[in-house]
Amino acid sequence: MFDWAFALKILPDLLRALRVTVQATVLWMVLALVLGLAWALARRSASRPVSWSAAWFVEFVRSTPLLVQVYFLFYVLPGVGLKLNPFLTGVLAIGLHYSAYTSEVYRAGIEGVPRGQWEAATALNLSHFHTLRYVVLPQAIPPMVPALGNYLVAMFKDTPMLSAITVLEVLQTAKIIGAETFRYLEPLTLVGALFLALSLCSAALIRWLERRLVLRTA
Amino acid sequence: MPRPLDLLPFLLSGAVVTVELTVGAAGVACVAASLAGLGRLSRRRPVRWLAGTYIEAFRGTSALVQLFWAYFALPLVGISLDAMTAGVLALGLNTGAYGAEVVRGAIRAVPQGQHEAALALNLTNAQKMRSVILPQALVAALPPAGNLLIEMLKNTSLVSLITISELTFRGQMLRAETLRTVEIFGLLLIVYFLLALLITSGVRALERRLSFGMDRGGGR
Repeated sequence: MFDWAFALKILPDLLRALRVTVQATVLWMVLALVLGLAWALARRSASRPVSWSAAWFVEFVRSTPLLVQVYFLFYVLPGVGLKLNPFLTGVLAIGLHYSAYTSEVYRAGIEGVPRGQWEAATALNLSHFHTLRYVVLPQAIPPMVPALGNYLVAMFKDTPMLSAITVLEVLQTAKIIGAETFRYLEPLTLVGALFLALSLCSAALIRWLERRLVLRTA
Repeated sequence: MPRPLDLLPFLLSGAVVTVELTVGAAGVACVAASLAGLGRLSRRRPVRWLAGTYIEAFRGTSALVQLFWAYFALPLVGISLDAMTAGVLALGLNTGAYGAEVVRGAIRAVPQGQHEAALALNLTNAQKMRSVILPQALVAALPPAGNLLIEMLKNTSLVSLITISELTFRGQMLRAETLRTVEIFGLLLIVYFLLALLITSGVRALERRLSFGMDRGGGR
């Protein structure tokens, strides 16, 4: 059954691969946060074509599978002259996918700021940029932290998808170990346990951050 | 047929498998979500604990890892599942864990007064659940359940990695044969998008029907 000695032997390999997973998560988290804000602002734009195309883009990205999007970028980008390595392609694909989700969070957050705040900013003659930067976003972002945090955990759990485009992350490493030794039970169980541990840790981190933000704004 | 559309018949036969997977896994997910969601609200501690463990374990690990575990690791402890069963079970149990929280939230969203009114009318616990609480909880649970269904539809693409010949798998097969990558993956994205639209409009119609005559929830 479960061979503990074997499990201990392969653990260092898996932990090394876990570094790739964590790196990737940090990169596409930044990407999703920045792009998400961009889509959300584009969607609120006064220009019809801009807001309309942002809305459809977000809708489309949200309702098609991430795996197909990853394949799409992986096979199509080189054809249009953009040669990225699999790791960066994966980061781009997942960052883009989740930016569609975070944009909805931003939108809800921005819409949650009372109308009077916008009017007060206009009365104070603030520019649109200054209104967003100093009045709206500082109030919009703290309530968004739990929702954004959920997506962070979800993104982290989607890293195994990179194994489909040959990135050597944890699952791919476990599969290779399995193929070499004909033992899938230990590597795959360990991968599951590692993911569980990291998800629980990040959930705790988000709760802590949430508490801090609430204290600061209260 | 004109250029990109000649690929469609082959892809659509894969879409049928995708729909079958979605329906099968949705069935598993409904059962798992109801059991775990009610279990979480149970008065007995072991039941609560069991449901909580299931939810945390399946939400905390990746769907793809669960799929691989069901397909590659389970045979080693003596349980061999064919790819389709493994796919339906893993996807269903994964979504069920998220669904359990939806069920729990929806039941708790039913106002306390409804419980008290049922008590005042001398309904038994089972009667109270069946004719007072659950019909109202169902309306509250529908929109998030619809979102989960779309998430699951998208997750069915993962089972292509355990050799089930569904939409994405067929896309990959066609790509290897014809190398018309952009057309194939473009079509794939569109087919998934249309399936998701179908679910959205279906859920919305159901919501309108179920919320008929209620003064809250649903029906926009």
